[in-house]
Order: sequence, then C-alpha cells, then structure tokens
Amino acid sequence: MNPHGRRLAVSVVVAALGCGPGTSRRDAGGTTEVRSAVVPAPAYGVGRPATAAEVAAWDLDVNPAGDGLPPGSGTPARGAAIWAARCAACHGEHGEGNERYPRLVGREPSVGFPFGRQLRHARTVGNYWPYATTLYDYIRRAMPPTAPGSLEPDEIYGVVAWLLAGNRIVAANAVIDARTLPEIQMPARDRFVDDDRTGGKEFR
Amino acid sequence: MTADAEPGAKPDATRRALLAGAAAAGAAALVGARPGSGRIQEPAGSPTVPADATKVPGAPTSALSARAPFEQPARAPVGQVTGSSLTPIHQLSGTITPTDLQFERHHNGVPAIDPARWRLLLHGLVERPLSFTLADLRRLPSVTRIHFLECAGNGRTGYRSPQRELSPQQIDGMTANAEWTGVRVATLLAEAGARPVARWVLAEGGDAAVLSRSIPLEKMLDDALLAYAENGEALRPAAGYPVRLFLPGWEGNTCIKWIRRLEVIAQPNMSRDETSKYTDPLPNDTARRFSFVMDVKSTLTRPTFPAVLERPGWTELSGIAWSGRGKIERVDLSTDGGTSWQPAELQGPVLDKAHVRFTRMWKWDGRRTALLSRAVDETGAAQPTLAEFRARRGAGTDYHFNYIRTWVVEPDGRVFYGVDL
Repeated sequence: MNPHGRRLAVSVVVAALGCGPGTSRRDAGGTTEVRSAVVPAPAYGVGRPATAAEVAAWDLDVNPAGDGLPPGSGTPARGAAIWAARCAACHGEHGEGNERYPRLVGREPSVGFPFGRQLRHARTVGNYWPYATTLYDYIRRAMPPTAPGSLEPDEIYGVVAWLLAGNRIVAANAVIDARTLPEIQMPARDRFVDDDRTGGKEFR
Repeated sequence: MTADAEPGAKPDATRRALLAGAAAAGAAALVGARPGSGRIQEPAGSPTVPADATKVPGAPTSALSARAPFEQPARAPVGQVTGSSLTPIHQLSGTITPTDLQFERHHNGVPAIDPARWRLLLHGLVERPLSFTLADLRRLPSVTRIHFLECAGNGRTGYRSPQRELSPQQIDGMTANAEWTGVRVATLLAEAGARPVARWVLAEGGDAAVLSRSIPLEKMLDDALLAYAENGEALRPAAGYPVRLFLPGWEGNTCIKWIRRLEVIAQPNMSRDETSKYTDPLPNDTARRFSFVMDVKSTLTRPTFPAVLERPGWTELSGIAWSGRGKIERVDLSTDGGTSWQPAELQGPVLDKAHVRFTRMWKWDGRRTALLSRAVDETGAAQPTLAEFRARRGAGTDYHFNYIRTWVVEPDGRVFYGVDL
C-alpha cells in the first residue's frame, strides 16, 4: 500500500507541466522526497493508464507503518470464535500447530534468540515475527488456505488480536485496529539484521 | 499459515527416486544398477521393441515428443498443494533442465490463469500507474538469458535430516537451469516513470497465496526480467504462466510466479515471506534478512546414490556448479575424502549465474573412499566445508545450504551421501 497514493493525481499534473525546479515534502515514513523537474516520457507508450478502481481492487498489502489497514477492529475475545471456526483445524486449538502446520503461539525460550544454534524451539509469532502488521497482511490474502481472502476486516483484526494475546504481546482486552496494530513492538523486532554477505573469500 | 515443507523428506520421494534412479544407473557405462539389490525395483513390464528395428517401419510423426519408454525421469514428491517437487538432477546431462522436470515450489497450488484476462498492474511511486496485457509485454523489447533458478531452502534435507540413502534429487533437486525470455523490468519502470523516492518494489503473485516479496529497486533496474517464456515456449503453469518475475542469481522465492502486481515503494513491506520465512537465523542470536543472493555451490551428480559402481576402473565424475554472484571460476574434486584436490574440467561456455557442468575422469581402485566437489566463483567465494558452514551459520539455519557435499564409495561399489564424514 503506497502512502503517496492520494497525492498521485497532483504529481501527474506537475509532471505533465514539467514546471518548477522541484518540490520537497515529507512523507509518512519520514523520508524527504525531492521531485525532479523533468520526468522522462515513456519510450514506447505501451500499457494503458491503470484506473483508481483497478489499483484499489488489488492494492491490499499492509506495510509496517500500517498503510493499507482498513477500518474495523478486533479483540482477543472476538477473535477466539474466528480462530476456533477458521484456524484451529490446522494450527490447533491453542495455536500449537502439528507436524504439518506450524506452531504460532509460544514465547520460548524466555531469554535469547537461539534459533540459529539449535532447533529445539518452534519459530512462532511470539518469538520470530518482527512486525505485527505482517499478520494482517498475510492473513488477509493467504488464510485460510482453503478459502483465501474470505475473512472480513473485523475477523482478521480479531484473529490478529487473539494471536498477539496468546503470545502475551497484548493484553487480553486489547483492541486491535489500524491505529494500534502498527504501534505494537514485537519481541523479535531487533533480532533481524541486513544481509552482510558480499562474496569473496570470507564465508559469512 | 502452512508449514514450509521440507524438500524431499517424504517417504514417497525416496521410493520414486529409487525407481527413477534404476533407469539412469543402468544407462551409464560403469555405473549400473546393483544386481540383486532389493531396494531398486525394475519398472513394471519392458517396452515392446522389434527384434531388428531396421527391418520394420518406425512410428509416424506426432504432435509432441514423448520420452523413450526406457527413460522415466520424474520429479518427486508429487501431490503437494503447498510444497515442492524436486528435479532428478542425478539423471540429467549437460546444463539445461528439461522444462517438465523443473522443480516446483508452490505456496497454495498452481493457479489456472487465462492469458487473455491476465493483467500486470504497475503502480505506487510512479508518475504513470499502468496496466499491461500479455500482448503489451510481447510488444516490448525482449531479452533471452540462461540462468539457474534455485529455491533458497535447497539442501535443507541433507543438512537437517541427513541419511546415507539420499540422492542428489532429494538433497539438491530444487535447482534448475533454463533459457528465460521476457521483458526487462527496467523497461516497464521507464514506461511508468519511477519517482526519486522509490527504493523498493513489492512483487505480488496472482496465486492463492498472493505471495509477495519486496525487491530492491536497484535489482529491478539491473537485470530483473518479467519472463513469459522458458526454453523457447510459453512458461508452464507450474513455472508461473503466463508471466513470472525472474531475478538472476537470487532466491527462487523472490522470482514471483503468476505475477500480477508491482508496487514501487520507499521501504520494504516486511511480508511474511521476508520475515517469518526466508530469513536466516544465525548462531549469534540474530537472523539475516533480505539474503537474496544464492551462494556458490556444486554437487556431484554421478556417481551418487543410488548408483553403484560396477567394478574398479575408469569412470567419469560429473556434476553441476553455480553461483548467484556470477560465473564459476573453478571446481576442484577430491577422490580421497578431501586430502588432495584436482581441478575439474568445466564444459563451456561458462555463463553468468548459470549451471556449469564439470567433469573429470577417475580411476577407482576398489577401496572405500569419498568424493567431494568444491566450487569457487569469480568473486573468489568458495564453498565452505560442512564444519565451516555449521560454525558460521549454525545448526538451526534455514536456507542457503552451500557446504561441500560428500559422496562415500563403499568397496562393493555402492555410493552414499556422506553424512558421517
């Protein structure tokens, strides 16, 4: 979901006029955009303009800033019913998983992040998910596998709330919505580091 | 959220690989099916052939070629809606993977897509959001390149669940090498006009997993393709028909199949498949993310399990090597368990980010030994030993298993995956 989408119409006009020495503004992510004065024309003119309706129909992803989260809300209590009806058959009554479907609930081990050293602990939402928004993004488009895309926003918020509460990340009475979800600090958030492999003689 | 199926771990895979292995082993000069082995079954019934094919007319022309009935290479396991089938790399020659044997990895099955209704949406931080048809893509300048495609998890079974009776198919069968034709993503981005703040592109598939990955804009502008053809014909459904993203040298998971949307963005989306999955937990209590490039790698494909060396004497050692960072510089072989190494011959042309076939003749003296291959790419990166790999990446690491493979030859000629060396 592009936080700039609402401003795009204006941008296109600016580009078409090719006017001015460039403008600056701050976007939702805090980075500064510097607009160049000259936008190259398309080389071939192939492809037709996408309509706003076409973009809206497919632009369903959610990013860590929460862009793309729809109206609606859920609580662990309301999510429990959805979980039992739509999720528990694969992931287990308590999110414990089984030999085919992964465990989603669990904070073990209580200290450290030993997943590279051993395979004792399942990687769960509680111990290996850096961003809470990913839950909404993934469940909305891919879950349940037998009927992906079938859950309503309140149902998804409820399941997300149930998973976060089950992992002791939010309180049992928490309300999860477009405002609260991006603010949640996941336990594994700071464990993820960018790739430092570069090729060459040193094996990393 | 379904399990990330471990490649080749199913009992079904073992049985099929053994079945298929018997046919390949019988075809090699010194590498034959082991007489009397209870494990290797003969295919049911032999194909009917005339006593003398020069005395009777042969078969007429046909619309599509079928394999000789004596040859039965097969992917395995089959029937996985969320899971994988693996390429029988130990039964193949040269470098191009036959299209119908290219490994599969699906996250919720193979979608049925009408090419007439297929659209690619390109939007986000662009000046002109665009919708492309398949005909649109075919009007644009095309490029054709030979590259490997490898699942990031290739090798997991051999590392996590090593057994002597694993074939190269079961260990490393999630790599394939093909000729890809399509349009450069850079060409489409020029049509849409990426804005200066653009740094990443979210690529999203039109399958029932709506699989999505955030790809750095730099890669998209460099050598990324929207491929619509493989090995001269339209993509097969399992390979992403009608169009897939193809990122040379990068994790197969990033090469989004059945692509329907490219959204130009400023920051990565942190989708499930770039956080919870496809990250590499390391021994230092961190996890590596966006580890896109596939490391330098090689494996012998002959002789390997389930083949059996018929008798001492000369035989060809053969295998494939590749690197996501460029060309293979050299492959060294050891026939004494890693004590000494000799250079293999690379069958040219050696291509960038592509499989290369390596060979070397070897005279087996009939004693127990171990065969190893070690590839070095043009950056100087070499495959680590298993011990080096384990120390650096850890026992729990999940992807990019590029340690040196070992194949143990027993005095009776049987060859096994070298789990105990």
